[in-house]
Amino acid sequence: MSEELFSNLAIFVLSLLVGFEVISKIPTTLHTPMMSGANAIHGVVIAGAIVIASLAGSPVGYVLTFIAAALAAANVCGGFVVTDRMLTMFSRPKQPTPAPAKDPS
Amino acid sequence: MTTLAFVIGIIYLVAATLFVLGLHQMRAPSTARRGNLTSALGMAIAIVATVVVALLGNGGNLWGWIALILGAAVGAVYGVVRARTVKMTDIPQLVSVFNAVGGGAAAAIAFADFVMHGTTASIALSSSIPLVLDVLIGSVTFSGSLIAAGKLQGVIPGRPITFPGSRIVNVAVVLIAIAAGVLTVIFGHSVLLLLVVLVAALVFGILMVLPIGGADAPVIVSLLNAFTGLAVAMAGFAIDNQALIIAGALVGAAGTILTLQMAAAMNRSVANIILGGFGTGDSPSANIADQDLTGIRTLTADDVALQLAYAQHVLIVPGFGLASAQAQHEVADLAKLLIAHHVDVKYAIHPVAGRMPGHMNVLLAEANVPYDQMLQLDEANAAFDNCDVALVVGANDVCNPMAREKGNPVSGMPILDVDHARAVVVLKRSMSTGYAGIPNPLFTDPKTGMFFADAKQGLTEILTATKEYVTA
Repeated sequence: MSEELFSNLAIFVLSLLVGFEVISKIPTTLHTPMMSGANAIHGVVIAGAIVIASLAGSPVGYVLTFIAAALAAANVCGGFVVTDRMLTMFSRPKQPTPAPAKDPS
Repeated sequence: MTTLAFVIGIIYLVAATLFVLGLHQMRAPSTARRGNLTSALGMAIAIVATVVVALLGNGGNLWGWIALILGAAVGAVYGVVRARTVKMTDIPQLVSVFNAVGGGAAAAIAFADFVMHGTTASIALSSSIPLVLDVLIGSVTFSGSLIAAGKLQGVIPGRPITFPGSRIVNVAVVLIAIAAGVLTVIFGHSVLLLLVVLVAALVFGILMVLPIGGADAPVIVSLLNAFTGLAVAMAGFAIDNQALIIAGALVGAAGTILTLQMAAAMNRSVANIILGGFGTGDSPSANIADQDLTGIRTLTADDVALQLAYAQHVLIVPGFGLASAQAQHEVADLAKLLIAHHVDVKYAIHPVAGRMPGHMNVLLAEANVPYDQMLQLDEANAAFDNCDVALVVGANDVCNPMAREKGNPVSGMPILDVDHARAVVVLKRSMSTGYAGIPNPLFTDPKTGMFFADAKQGLTEILTATKEYVTA
């Protein structure tokens, strides 16, 4: 087994730990946009589609490239756009609210 | 290491850092949007860097690039159109569809990589093992997520679908997939064997999700999201790309945490959900006239309006019924009216209210409810002690006081202490039970009044009646 594999494994494990640490601090109220945002991040698989495209040299390769690129692009573009749409709703300017009655009853 | 490889490695590291920072910024609503844009910037950097490497490397051939560009254009248009037009109540389905395509892409990449290596000498174990795992996990996610999306959308019946001997078939399919996977790793060249892995995994994804009830579908979506993360990381191992490994691991962690939290909030174990076949997702709209209403105080819209108009502190408990009736705008209008009338109104939001964690917050945000009016479980439970009227809209199990007792399906489930409020109004279509299938003593509590109506209809009536009191 190569050094390359070992360093990739180390990166994988450490990234998992960072992921657990960062995600567990996100409040429940933002879990839907967070899940959608994380979903968009795994759209980075489109980088894999690019690598495949540069290696393809047969009709089978082209067809698989097309499929991979279409699926990955839907994932990455749709994911970021829908997450942004949701989060825009959260960051709208507050409407002026009259002071609520504060006295304890 | 060549200079180019070093520079590209650094660029991938920058992209990965931006992903982590982006997720970190999702901790607060004020920075969350910037967080998403930060992640998107990381994505753009990773994509440009990969294109540059590919062009500077062997360059590929024209047809490969044409296939890539055409595919990416089709996918991007589909993704953006769906993302811009989806109704906020349908978000869980769309997340599931985007998850499916991500898993499918990972599987397609691994398959393509294998086919291209196939004619050359045997592949090193350090590539072939992740390749096979990628095809396996990616395919399960692809078909499973599409079925889950279908269940959430109502295209596929929400009830658990099983057939005689389904367990045996499941086990057989898994064994075939694993056996073919092991053989692929051992023999190296056989595209046919990998095709068996692909097909068996696709079939297993379908069989795994079909028996799951519609109510549990969000948990499966989250679990499959974690799977996609793993599949993407495996693709990264296979083609030696660190950006894929890091991003995949991050998403794997996110999906795992969400799955566990959701299962805890529903008081079930993940294994129980997968094997369970529990919850239909289609609540029966039973006729109120046929039901035993002894011990139940029913209210009219006018009664509810009177209580609300003369209260000081009101907590609204939105549940699945509100989401499925798409009544988020009506509830927000009612709250706005009361707030203008100097009533203190807040929303008490259970972690699994709506169709996935935090979904209710998105729906309320869509209806322009300010973030600071949404209370999480702990904050809400502190507020119920000082609450004059708790208005429960289409929620049931999440406020069932039986959770505090032992020996029933909701025992130990974290609940909203609605019964601590001075008065409770429950707006619900009927007395039917929630997913847990047990009666809710809150409904027969002397301080509770039931208002039987569809969430949208009922809230509109309450709104009209309340206007009479606050403007008079």
